[in-house]
Amino acid sequence: MNGFWSVFKRELKGYFATPVAYVFLVIFLFFSGYLPFRDGFFEIRQAELRLFFANLPLLFIFMVPSTAMRLWAEERKTGSIEFLLTLPVTVSQAVLGKFFAAWAFLGIALLLTFPMPVTVYYLGQPDTGLIITGYLGSFLLAGSFLAIGSFFSALTKNQVISFILSVVACGVLVYAGMSTTVNYLSSVLPAGAVRVVESLSIQSHFDSILKGVIKLEDMAYFIILIVAWISACAVILEERKAA
Amino acid sequence: MIEVQRLRCSFGPVIAVDDISFQVRKGDVLGFLGPNGAGKSTAMKMLACFLVPDSGTATLCGYDILKDPVRVRQVVGYLAENAPAYNEMTVGGFLNFVCDVRHITGAARKKALDRIVPLCSIESVYHQTIETLSKGYRRRVGLAQALIHDPQILILDEPTDGLDPNQKHEVRRLITGMAKDKCIIVSTHILEEVELICNRTIIIARGKILVDSTPQELIQKYHCSLDEVFRKITSTRKIA
Repeated sequence: MNGFWSVFKRELKGYFATPVAYVFLVIFLFFSGYLPFRDGFFEIRQAELRLFFANLPLLFIFMVPSTAMRLWAEERKTGSIEFLLTLPVTVSQAVLGKFFAAWAFLGIALLLTFPMPVTVYYLGQPDTGLIITGYLGSFLLAGSFLAIGSFFSALTKNQVISFILSVVACGVLVYAGMSTTVNYLSSVLPAGAVRVVESLSIQSHFDSILKGVIKLEDMAYFIILIVAWISACAVILEERKAA
Repeated sequence: MIEVQRLRCSFGPVIAVDDISFQVRKGDVLGFLGPNGAGKSTAMKMLACFLVPDSGTATLCGYDILKDPVRVRQVVGYLAENAPAYNEMTVGGFLNFVCDVRHITGAARKKALDRIVPLCSIESVYHQTIETLSKGYRRRVGLAQALIHDPQILILDEPTDGLDPNQKHEVRRLITGMAKDKCIIVSTHILEEVELICNRTIIIARGKILVDSTPQELIQKYHCSLDEVFRKITSTRKIA
């Protein structure tokens, strides 16, 4: 497994070697902090982070693809993929190494939002379990969007195209489950089909985790999503690496 | 040490490498010659296990490129065209990453770095980021990563391309110095280089091997310089 750890270490260190990571962190932390307060954090008069977590899917739709877009597109464009894949690492080790390093980076970004829980603890007595499950759900959400972003990054050499496609794909997954979409669809499709669409969307699974309920089906949903998109990424990479 | 059997690779309708077979023994420095687009780089990428051939196979040091690609990459030092690397890393960081991946740790790593850095003359740029380096230095860093694990097989794609005459001389000296106990394949357009360092030559055009011989034999057979031999073979030979 040495190949995996070497790639993982290099990638994670690499994030902090350039200004890009710091710019990303500042923008993410600013908006993740600003949005809950704009949505009425003080007005609801409850010491909880519900508004904070509820805004994360929308924020992630834009921020996670911006991390993912350079994952493979840059390697293919600069040709460093030829260097990486002629080292004694397998394609899976390389793909997983990069994915987990990016996921760890997003995890660090989430950890840096600690002032929010500190605030609610200072202001009242929040439900610790809800906060923990909220962060867990957000971490899984980030991983899912990252897996989708990795796929699109491997698909094209152009980072902008990869970004746009990832944003659209993540957006579709989130919006498919929102109440307005569901309402519209139920007027067009039979009830069974609407339920399928709703259960395929991220929103419903994320919501139930936010409520504090950790169901196997929700965990399985995220894990299957991640595994599927990452495998697709590896397959596409194998096909396209020399192109 | 290297046995190539009927390798074939195509990109869609274009056949890049068409059924090539050859062998390279220990101590050989094989010069891969051919016009642009002949299939030299594609053949080397297959041997370095970057590309998967459509058909045929090759064994390097007994390891098959289809069945054991990771083992093959362990015994091969590969320098791709244009010496790609991670631009934002420093030379030292880059070489340490290569050592990480190649399982060279602790005292062995220190020894390898102490050996390779003076050998490739990169002491002065050890702490610089790779994107700030000139072409010659980038090439030397690429060579360093190919040599750092002291591989038995070296596959170098145009190693002296774009280097100044002194640097060219250094790299050629390096190659001839190592040739004794290694198997080296060099692709190049510089025919005087072939005469200087190679003891065997293969001329490829349009994916097929036209000639598999030695530079001396070719010069004697055609009674002209290697330059003209190349021109004769690649322009007049009709390929079926």
